Amino acid sequence: MELTEIADIEIDTLLDAIRRRYDYDFSNYARSSLKRRINGLLVKEKLDMPYQLIPRILYDEEVFNRFLSELSVTVTEMYREPEFFLNLVESIFPVLNTYQYFKIWHAGCATGEEAYSLAVLLKEAGLLNRAKIYATDYNNKSIDIAKQGIYSAENIEQSSKGYLKAGGKQRFSDHYSVHYEAIQFDDELKNAITFAYHNLVKDGVFGEMNLIICRNVFIYFDKDLQNHVLNLFNESAISKGFLCLGNKETIRFSILKDKFMTLSESNSIYRKKQ
Amino acid sequence: MRNPAAEIHCIVIGVSAGGFEALNLLITQLPEKFNYPIAIVQHRSADNDGYLTQHLNINSQINVKDVVDKEPICPGIVYIAPADYHLLIERGAYFSLSRDDKVNYSRPSIDVLFESAADVYRQACLGIILTGKNADGAMGLAKVTATGGTAIVEDPETAKESAMPNAAINKVPSATVLELSDIGRYLMSLQQSEK
Repeated sequence: MELTEIADIEIDTLLDAIRRRYDYDFSNYARSSLKRRINGLLVKEKLDMPYQLIPRILYDEEVFNRFLSELSVTVTEMYREPEFFLNLVESIFPVLNTYQYFKIWHAGCATGEEAYSLAVLLKEAGLLNRAKIYATDYNNKSIDIAKQGIYSAENIEQSSKGYLKAGGKQRFSDHYSVHYEAIQFDDELKNAITFAYHNLVKDGVFGEMNLIICRNVFIYFDKDLQNHVLNLFNESAISKGFLCLGNKETIRFSILKDKFMTLSESNSIYRKKQ
Repeated sequence: MRNPAAEIHCIVIGVSAGGFEALNLLITQLPEKFNYPIAIVQHRSADNDGYLTQHLNINSQINVKDVVDKEPICPGIVYIAPADYHLLIERGAYFSLSRDDKVNYSRPSIDVLFESAADVYRQACLGIILTGKNADGAMGLAKVTATGGTAIVEDPETAKESAMPNAAINKVPSATVLELSDIGRYLMSLQQSEK
């Protein structure tokens, strides 16, 4: 047997241990990037081989928490890929405007930057008071950060540029207050978003959504898990509800592709058929 | 160099500064029905609009495209890593993307592609490092040879930028060093020797 095959057994065994001990199932994560993240944790824990993680994770919950952070932390910023947000404002907001009340599910929100980006645009469109935004993630630490609505001011210039490209009508700074090196989003925005724990791998339907946004989460899943989650989204969306994935994510290779029509290929915006 | 044409299932190419001209020379001469998939990491800025891909696709017989997540890997297509995403190869002949931290200050990173390609294709992997100003790809190329694959590096003497080829040769002294035009001839010879 070749060494890389033996390494695969190690990873399988590690994931099985995590699933049975902590009820987190990573077996259907895209394996190549999962391996890289596990290797990243090995370096931080000063270990050489994945099997050495097994006893540490089984007996020390803190090591597992670090594993979870290593796997769930995503690079996220405000108005990343602003053309997507512009598309949202121009094509989907007018449809949402026809509802007296509507629900948005932002799945895999990480530390919340995109949820606030969205809330700002809804507010400027006069839609925020009719919106109920649920933003979920499987990392409680990330959710705690998101609930605060406080972010480093370091990248604010970049965010402001993104905001304008995304169709922002005022000044981005109208929506937050500055405290030393940090910005804090207005309470009105914070109160419109419910941040909650939800694990796409094992948790159920999040019902009756007009719009589901899940960006740059699918890239970390294998095709089976993508199908599972797409099914979850299909069942959670209302008839003619919208689904938005990351710009390089697509439903084209999924067995559920016929459940949705494509509104924008380049921005990965779909609409449930019925 | 072995002549493992029948054994090669995937070709991975890493290139940085000077890559536009190098890829232009290499890819535009490939036939439409090339027998192998080619995956390329060309370092580019995060807001790159994909001009390279469009340019190559228009000027080549072979189909050239930016990868989308979970895209199947098919022979006769040149796949380019999209700006600001790592490109990885998964078991079962498809790609995945990731937004993980930069590797060697790069996203996409050549090491990330090469290491995953070596892992999946092992001795059936051909890795090629072309012109560039940094050391990305050297570790990845070492992994390709460690798992039994084939390594080719553009001759630093004639490459537009020599740093990346030199770093790769230092890390993988057994790599075959060829001028760009000879790398092109080698790729064409793979096509012919398979029949």
